Parts: sequence; C-alpha cells; structure tokens
Amino acid sequence: MPPRLKSSAAPRRNELLVATRKGLWTLTGDIARRSWKLAGPHFLGHIVHHAVLDPRDGKTLLAAARTGHLGPTIFRSTDRGRSWKEAARPPAFREGSGRSVEHTFWLTPGHAAQPGVWYAGTSPQGLFRSADGGATWDGVDGFNAHPQRKAWCGGDKDGTPDGPKLHSIVIDPRDPAHLYVSMSSGGTFESTDAGAGWRPLNRGVKADFLPDPDPEFGHDPHCVRLHPAAPDRLYQQNHCGIFRLDRPGEGWIDIGAGMPKSVGAIGFPLVVHPRDADTLWVFPMDGTRVWPRVSPGGRPAAYRSVNGGRTWQRQATGLPKTQAWWTVKRQAMTVDHATAVGVYFGTTSGEVWGSRDEGRSWKCLARNLPHIYAVEAA
Amino acid sequence: MTARVAAAATAGHLRVRIPGLLRSYTGGVETVDLDLAGPPTVAHALAILDARFPGLRFRLIDEQGAIRPHIKLFVDAAIVRDLDAAIPPGVELMIVGALSGG
Repeated sequence: MPPRLKSSAAPRRNELLVATRKGLWTLTGDIARRSWKLAGPHFLGHIVHHAVLDPRDGKTLLAAARTGHLGPTIFRSTDRGRSWKEAARPPAFREGSGRSVEHTFWLTPGHAAQPGVWYAGTSPQGLFRSADGGATWDGVDGFNAHPQRKAWCGGDKDGTPDGPKLHSIVIDPRDPAHLYVSMSSGGTFESTDAGAGWRPLNRGVKADFLPDPDPEFGHDPHCVRLHPAAPDRLYQQNHCGIFRLDRPGEGWIDIGAGMPKSVGAIGFPLVVHPRDADTLWVFPMDGTRVWPRVSPGGRPAAYRSVNGGRTWQRQATGLPKTQAWWTVKRQAMTVDHATAVGVYFGTTSGEVWGSRDEGRSWKCLARNLPHIYAVEAA
Repeated sequence: MTARVAAAATAGHLRVRIPGLLRSYTGGVETVDLDLAGPPTVAHALAILDARFPGLRFRLIDEQGAIRPHIKLFVDAAIVRDLDAAIPPGVELMIVGALSGG
C-alpha cells in the first residue's frame, strides 16, 4: 500500500487564487478556515486561465492571461501579488513554425531542485519552459518539434470547444528529468530526459469517441495528477472515465466503474489527498448525449474515494440539492495541506465552495464572481 | 488630415493612437508620437512602439507576424492587413480593439 505521509509541520497561509474569465481574485481564510475574505480583482477584464504560487519560495505568483482582443501573456509577482510585472518574453512558438499561442492554459512550478524553473502548457498544444521565474519562456523543442506531434495532437483547430490544450504538466519529485504531460486531445505522454524525447502512455484508457476505441494516442485526459506521497501513482479524470496508473506499470486501470450509473464517471477536475495516496476527489458532470457539462440532474456533488478508486462516496452536504446547473473546470478544484484536508472548488457560475473536513460538508466562500477557470491553494 | 496631426507631421514623425485596452503599457497616454528613423512601414512603427513600451507588440501581433484576430490597424483611416504597408508622411496609425464579444 502506498505510504501516508505525516502532515507538514510548516505553517501555511490559507489563501486561494481564483482565476476567472474576467480577472484574478484571492480568498484569504482565518486560521480555522471558517471565515474567508475576498480581495481583487487583479487584471480586471483579462481572461485568467491559471494562477499558481511557487511553493519553493512561497512568494512568486504567475498568472496566465489574455483578453478578448489582446494576445496571451504571463504576469509575474515576486511579492505574493502586491505588485506585478509582465513577462519579457511570454510563451510563443518559433517564428516560421506556422503556429501561434492562443492562450497559456496551464502553469506548473518546476522541481524543488530547480528553483526558478516553470513549465507552461498552451492552446493549441505546446510545452514551454522558463528558467528565470517566468520572465522569459522558450519552447520545449523535444515536444513542440517532435515529428509525431501533429499525429498526437491533430490540427491546431481541432480539439475541445475552447481550443485544444496541453495541461497537467507533472514532474516526478524524485527526478526533475521525469515529466508527464497530457493533452485534450492527444493523450498522456512521458519524458524521462527532461523533455528531449516523449512517448505515449495511454494503454487501458478508453477513447470511445474514436473509430479505434483503444488507440496508442488521441485520448482526451481532462486532468492528470501524480500523487506526491507515492510518485509512482497517477490518477486521471478523462473524457471517458476515471483511471489509475501505478508505475512502472504501463496500463491504466478503470476506476470509474464504481461510480453511480446515474452520475457517471465524467468530469473535469481530480485532486489527490496531499498525504494519503489512496484518497482522491472528483467532481462529476453530465457527459451524456450532447454533453451539457453541468452537474448531473442539477444536483452537484463531489465524489471521494479512500481506496484508490475501488469505491466512491457522494459528498454533497451543504451544496444545493436541486436546480444547480454549474460545473467545475479542470484547474478549479484544489486541496490544502491541513491535518483535516481542506478541499475547494470554483464553479462556472462564479461561486467558490470549501470544505474543512475533507469533503464531508461544504460552505460557499464567495459568490457572484465571473466564470471560474482555476482555484489553487497558495 | 486634422490640424493636430498636421502639426505632428514632420518627416519621420508618426502619431499613434492607443486604444484604452493598451494604455496600461503607455501609462494611460492616448496618443504617442514616434520618430520613425527607418522604413516608414507599419512593421517598423510597431517595432519602435514595442521598444518604448515593451511587450505591447506581442499583444497585437502573433509570433508568426499575423495581426491578432480582434485587432485592427488603420493608417490614415484605411484598414491595413499587411505589416509591410507604408505609412505616408503626416498620417496617423490607429490601433483598434475590434468586436470580440462578452
């Protein structure tokens, strides 16, 4: 059984970064996480797809932003959001490649041993790296110029309704050269040489929307997480279900089968308990017929598993019981590191909800925000 | 040509009208006067503008040199779609954030 780590002794702030379609807000909680104060907006009018704190220094924030008119950029703060500067060279494909970044979708701080290194995933699918805390970015040519990239990703106009995306950039905490990325669509890919070479890692994952339901690539992972307490364990919320992979194994196991049939196993986000590798949460949405992408039946609920996905428990205490037609995007669910883990999510209807007791009960922390794209504990 | 522009229309001199959505780069300034030392083209004007207000050009022009979908550039009130378009003496370059919905 994977290990359960002890709770971190280091005190942490109770802060959430709430990235929305119209700007960035922060929610700051008291020590007990009962009372939360909303502050913002930063970058009002900007579409902020992701905002992330650098856990290595506890003060650097990056925010991926664009507006309806203006092209994509990265804003950086080195004082926890008191002041911001724009990246001198945001992620952009090579001139002459014929490809243009429409927006930066995902941000991941680099390995603990590589301070200042960050990775970014873009729409259309591209992988970028910064070695200077997000000030300047270069493409990871091993991925962006890979001869198979177009076969993996399809065309830049293909993919999800909001544009094809590279997301879930995951770094093995034991080895900075061991990376995973996932793409909607494209599938999950692994590099063991710091991004120079890549190979598909999708065996066992369903792709029932393709002519061949068991292809080598072309899948639609929505969110992939590596468990920090057991770095050989990966979880995946996919367009076609929920899956688990235990390395060095190569085959994903379908762990969505235990979800109630009336709810299904489709959703965007997935988060893992910071210490218990068998505990994870998902937030299902309606993926039937024309894919409404709302809470199934208008009754939102998180589902938690404490046994690696073998069984699931509905967690809806405090959430609306009926006529709530929102959902939760893939970066919009997160956990904190408290002894009783806090679980948080933001909705497409602009509400932030939180639980101080690992999802047993929920409380609304903020309302009336714009459509929420990402919620990250900071 | 307005009298105001005419006053700025010395050789190699270009007035650029900055839309509200880019004034965070210009410190709130609506019109910027540039000295166009070099070829009098839109591309050159944008390069000079970017040197003065770093980062501004990439918000308008993508990495392949294309004007972004919801940005329009006007030279002397005529829309330009080619960055190599010439800017005659004494006219304005106007940057517009065009319709892009909710």
